[in-house]
Amino acid sequence: MASSLIRRRLLPAAAAVVLAGVAYSCAGGKAGSGLTASDAATRVYVAPGSYDEMYAFMSGGFNGQVGVYGLPSGRRFKTIPVFSQYPENGYGYSEETKPMLNTSYGFVPWDDAHHPALSQTKGEDDGRWLFINGNNTPRVARIDLTRMETDEILEIPNAAGNHGSPFITENSEYVVASTRFSVPVPNRDVPIADYKKDFNGQVSFVVANDPGKMRIAFQLVMPGYDYDLAHAGKGPSHGWMFLTSYNTEQANSLLEVNASQNDKDFVAAINWKNLEACVKAGKARQVPATYYHNTVDSATRIAHSTVENTVTQLTPKDCPNSTYFLPTPKSPHGVNVDPTGEYIAAGGKLAALIPVHSFSKMIKAIEAKDFDGERDGIPVLKYESTLVGEVKSGGLGPLHTEFDDKGFAYTSFFISSEIVKWKVSSLEVVDRVPAYYSIGHLLVPGGGTSKPTGRYVIALNKITKDRYLGTGPELTQSAQLYDITGPKMKLLLDFPTEGEPHYAQAILASKIKDRQVKYFKLADNKHPNVSRSENETGVTRQGKVVHLRLTAIRSHFAPDNIEGIMLGDTVMFHVTNLEQDWDIPHGLGIMGNNNAELLIMPGETRTLRWVPQRVGIYPFYCTDFCSALHQEMQGYLRVSPPGSNVPLKGTLSKLAKTADNAAKK
Amino acid sequence: MSRRARVFLAVASLLVGVSVLLPLWRIDLIAPQYPEGLGLLISSHKIDGLKEGDLGSINNLNHYIGMAVIEPDEIPELRFMRPVFIVLAVGGLGIAALGRRLPAMLWMGAFAVVMLGGLADMYRWGYDYGHNLDPHAIIQVPGMSYQPPLIGSKQLLNFRATSWPASGGWLLALAGGLATAAIFFPGRTRQGSGAPAGHAVHVPPAAA
Repeated sequence: MASSLIRRRLLPAAAAVVLAGVAYSCAGGKAGSGLTASDAATRVYVAPGSYDEMYAFMSGGFNGQVGVYGLPSGRRFKTIPVFSQYPENGYGYSEETKPMLNTSYGFVPWDDAHHPALSQTKGEDDGRWLFINGNNTPRVARIDLTRMETDEILEIPNAAGNHGSPFITENSEYVVASTRFSVPVPNRDVPIADYKKDFNGQVSFVVANDPGKMRIAFQLVMPGYDYDLAHAGKGPSHGWMFLTSYNTEQANSLLEVNASQNDKDFVAAINWKNLEACVKAGKARQVPATYYHNTVDSATRIAHSTVENTVTQLTPKDCPNSTYFLPTPKSPHGVNVDPTGEYIAAGGKLAALIPVHSFSKMIKAIEAKDFDGERDGIPVLKYESTLVGEVKSGGLGPLHTEFDDKGFAYTSFFISSEIVKWKVSSLEVVDRVPAYYSIGHLLVPGGGTSKPTGRYVIALNKITKDRYLGTGPELTQSAQLYDITGPKMKLLLDFPTEGEPHYAQAILASKIKDRQVKYFKLADNKHPNVSRSENETGVTRQGKVVHLRLTAIRSHFAPDNIEGIMLGDTVMFHVTNLEQDWDIPHGLGIMGNNNAELLIMPGETRTLRWVPQRVGIYPFYCTDFCSALHQEMQGYLRVSPPGSNVPLKGTLSKLAKTADNAAKK
Repeated sequence: MSRRARVFLAVASLLVGVSVLLPLWRIDLIAPQYPEGLGLLISSHKIDGLKEGDLGSINNLNHYIGMAVIEPDEIPELRFMRPVFIVLAVGGLGIAALGRRLPAMLWMGAFAVVMLGGLADMYRWGYDYGHNLDPHAIIQVPGMSYQPPLIGSKQLLNFRATSWPASGGWLLALAGGLATAAIFFPGRTRQGSGAPAGHAVHVPPAAA
């Protein structure tokens, strides 16, 4: 069946590749809509100097970062470094940002970032923050959207693979962090063969609406399955979190076979309001756990790590009426709640059908105790008692569903490589379009909230093959933008994406663009090594450490000649960008630095560590083309042999004094 | 003085008083790299950037052409202009209350001297900044000076400088018009309030 589907869906797709740009609709079979290339081009064309309608934030997957794009143009604006070091601007290399990557495993300068989540108020994207998970070393990060910088990272203890994360509740009360790999809780030395006895999953509820104070409110210890994706209830189902599980077989080896035996796995429905009440009633325990919480101080812009020592834990048994299992075929990936909060669509990644559960039926079934036994004390609801029906999709491998504002759902199908549009009220398929190729997640801007925009659906494809000019064995990742304003989906644009976007969020630009910070006020800079003018610069020695307090302004550093450094010294460059102007960062590069370069935003102080390796003269220079005399923005460092009597001093030619006075203002 | 003339003089004095709270002049600078513009607001007692940071940015850019740093603390006029305006305002109100024509004419003369003197002084500072350039300046264009116009627009290298009265400047112009009307068109008895502003807008700003 699969092969006939592939033939049916993919061969027209391949034909469309050949004809791409001529007449997509002719090749797209049932997607035919008469859309010409120039129609499509007009829809995605953003004239020079004009703005995109939306921002899209795409996870970088294995690059550990977040990419910022415009929609509908697909233009990439920025990479926001989150979990990975970023030598381009010194994130994770500068002394101020290094603590962001501290974990209980030490400094982990990379991760695998999957699922961004925009903060919400009353079920709508509010544009304050973006959360994203570190899948590898379990972490959740918060990005401030006025600066598009990572402000906070919280490690999740007792997790192993923070995949089902960070799905957010409708008022940003919590983001959820569920473990992909079950492990012993607490982690300890046990035989792997004792998986069923000793391994557990956990679902953490992380307080999300208290910037700088993300914390685990409580951690629900679950049966030893693999937990996948999640989605919060909304409207009537607010207070519930739904998450998929697979490997309910509890296999610990060759999961591709051994975890694919059960006909149905589970969607877990967790009533977090009941869990809150149970915690308040003292039914949870404080359990020792070591994990890091890294935050940026807004006055100094320096990150600090705090080590947490306990976590609040409870099990479903400690809090009856909090957790239920909804049987769902088969190894489900996504679970998505429609904008009304009533319908819960799950995607069994090996299934052909899309089961749709009803929230109100689920509540009735719980009240009627319409159970089909229990697993580890968790009642399993009867499949039929919660099910509204199954979408006879005609595709294979549904992964993820999002919704528009007109009562339609869009489900991605990895195996049959397509998007299927279906009507939520009738479960009938109304349209389908191929994706090139093997779509993973999809995105309808606002499609996970109570207020979808209903303008576009974006396919985040896993395989690119022949869609672009080849770039050797490693190809770009690819997104595709479809118009969904009419009855038929229309492919408008392919655009390459960096890293591997697993999931993305998009928001109307109007909710963010006017709140963008243009520079940091020098007067508010409380960095301990700030130089607010060239008169405040200086060079000092503390034993083997030399502190250089420098300023950067168009087009020079002050001081720019530094002597008296000796081999064996560690040199700390504390550079303050004196500019109070929009889009004038300065950079710092030092010859042979084993560390990185820096980008210093206007009004900001950043510190770069440099350990010279040889005696001699070292140039340093601005790496961000700042002005007509950027190429002149340089300095020299003199490194003398140990014990030499060259006095430590930093100098700047007198001719620069005019500029110094200017800088003071 | 007629009632109308006294009212006009009193209002003119109040406008002078209010103008110390407002910027008198505004200079806008637009360049390809500055589509959002930079600007200065000149008040009777201070010079501000149009946006926070603009004054610093303008000074920093000016170092390329060797222009002296605009240092409001070092411009003595900014210390005494405001008291002068306040004296004018209080004096004008007193004269309006007194209702005698000769003091009113003297006030008008003083007002004109302050206004013209202020404009001349601003021109002088502009000339000084625009012409007395550091001989070591980074960018030296033979024959080029960088004096912004007093009123109007001028291209200075990559910047288009546009100079124009700001809200306080317009109030002073209006005050000048009202004072002129009070003295030269005092009216007799109960004439309607008329449209004094109609006179004012015809007064060339330079004469204000």
